[in-house]
Amino acid sequence: MKQHWNAPAIAALATGLAAAPAAAQGIDETVNQVFANSTGWFVSLIFSNFPGTSFPWIVGWLVIAATVFTLYFGFVQFRAFGHSIALVRGDYSDPNDAGEVSHFQALTTALSGTVGLGNIAGVAVAIGIGGPGATFWMILAGLLGMASKFTECTLGVKYRNEYADGTVSGGPMYYMTKGFAERGLPGGKFLAVMFAIFCILGSFGGGNMFQANQAHAQIINVVGDYPGWITGVVMAVIVFLVIVGGLKSIARVTEKIVPFMAALYVITALIIIAMNYDMIGEAFRQIFVGAFTNDGVVGGAIGALIQGFRRAAFSNEAGVGSAAIAHSAVRTKEPVTEGFVSLLEPFIDTVVICTMTALVIIITGQLVADPTTGLFVLNEAGTQIQTVTGNSGVALTSDAFSSAFGWFRYILVLAVVLFAFSTMISWSYYGLKAWTFLFGEGQTKELIFKVIFCLFVVIGASAGLGPVIDFSDAAIFAMAVVNIIALYLLMPIVKAEMNSYLSRLNSGQIRKYE
Amino acid sequence: MSRKIVVGFDGSEASLRALDFAITRAQAQGDNILIAHVLEWSPYSFLTPSEVEERHRRRTQELQRAETAILTPVVKRVEEAGIPVATTLRYGHIAETLCRIAKDEGAAMIFIGRMGDSGFASRIFGSVAATLAQVAPVPVVIVP
Repeated sequence: MKQHWNAPAIAALATGLAAAPAAAQGIDETVNQVFANSTGWFVSLIFSNFPGTSFPWIVGWLVIAATVFTLYFGFVQFRAFGHSIALVRGDYSDPNDAGEVSHFQALTTALSGTVGLGNIAGVAVAIGIGGPGATFWMILAGLLGMASKFTECTLGVKYRNEYADGTVSGGPMYYMTKGFAERGLPGGKFLAVMFAIFCILGSFGGGNMFQANQAHAQIINVVGDYPGWITGVVMAVIVFLVIVGGLKSIARVTEKIVPFMAALYVITALIIIAMNYDMIGEAFRQIFVGAFTNDGVVGGAIGALIQGFRRAAFSNEAGVGSAAIAHSAVRTKEPVTEGFVSLLEPFIDTVVICTMTALVIIITGQLVADPTTGLFVLNEAGTQIQTVTGNSGVALTSDAFSSAFGWFRYILVLAVVLFAFSTMISWSYYGLKAWTFLFGEGQTKELIFKVIFCLFVVIGASAGLGPVIDFSDAAIFAMAVVNIIALYLLMPIVKAEMNSYLSRLNSGQIRKYE
Repeated sequence: MSRKIVVGFDGSEASLRALDFAITRAQAQGDNILIAHVLEWSPYSFLTPSEVEERHRRRTQELQRAETAILTPVVKRVEEAGIPVATTLRYGHIAETLCRIAKDEGAAMIFIGRMGDSGFASRIFGSVAATLAQVAPVPVVIVP
């Protein structure tokens, strides 16, 4: 079977190499054009504005949901924060369950799917367009998003499918069908199918093409320009080996290095911030002032808000439903404990890591401001703020970090490639779960999905940032459209679980293990 | 009064020697033996999504394999020596888990074999025998 699939890939590679390098740029351009044309309608649908405003309805949808969950669960993200950490430390884990997936492992596995380019490239995009003020809205969206994550992950564990062989499958598809049936609500199956379709698209978009695209952008930023499809083919082959060939060693190495890289990233950011300690006050002033005033950024203060919310949602995926798939495999008697653990995710991802990126970009003065007015200067096209080097996205983050430590750009390439890779592995799993939900399980069916997934790696690395980022956002936000409908309808179940658990915790019925 | 002796057993030559020595002591003093097999496991390791999904199944398989391949064969050996025997199978940090078993079971002693690594590796990674000697709640017999 493997032979069968490898043959066309090798043929395509051979043709590509024969035509290189003259036709190479041509391939990239063609891919870009076809891609932009075929996805444009979907992107405009998701990102259309509220009538008469320049505010995309989808951003409002996510933020309103996160606010509703925050209020409905009585600020659970702050009340249960300490308990969440105790759960992750294993204070409440039964020693007899040792050897099962721990809360810590479920959290880090889900995090490796979200901590990634959103934190490095996405933040740079947000600040490049929306100015420092975007950071404020990003942090706020991160804090509110913790409640969304809590809701979806509790449901994910509660309504997962457990099979006779001991494996589990969970996620929004399952709480939509089983949860709706339990409450006697109609339309669960329809929502589940819609979610699964969008999840597959999201796994090709944000979970795949965006990653390949930015990994390539970071590599050429260091080694010089070369056609994107080459990076795409190399990454696709490695991803193929892991998800089809079962080459666990690569995945395992990545899973071990990624947390280390994330720690290194945060520590380096902290050092750069500490080195410029006199600028910290000014950076926060810019963040707060920029959040509410028009500092010459694209779209004014509302532009900062949209960018901040949009990138936060894209980075931490709260309300999107992907985390519910990742968390549902944990072994716990209380579904709500996994909800508590998962609410740490947007905190770590957005409130901590994204804020670090933002501060480093702001503090190292990457954005060009007019010295007389203090307003930011836009680039010639007027699409984003002029930066010192003229870069955007991940290259802007790289400029910011390497302005303090020249060598950091090489570390960052490695970090970006590894983050991209681990996010792809995670999303290939999410996409596969949605795929098998629609088409049933079976080796051939799963292989078809995995091969398509690998093809999108190549497309993603070849296409330009604009169309890729738009489609990636659109596909992931489309998941949120259906997922949040389900969360609204099922949130009373989560509340009952939460209240029952918290009252038992307070009465001492649920206790720490020695 | 019959005491309980915990024998840390992993199927290795060294652990067999520890078990045999424990059998002779138990015969002499009328003790009973608890054979403990610990599968090295940390709740803080990192897993991929598909490993997470398969974990419960893998754990069941690992426990079965340990039971049939490691514990069952030696239970007979102890029974034939006429000593009451029980087994326990746990996941965790090996030395810590052996200590917990000894405490939970009210054992009088822990018997373990040692690998005899005196070199660099055990300096860095530590050895079960050295850790137990430091932290065990009951006397530890280390059989060379």
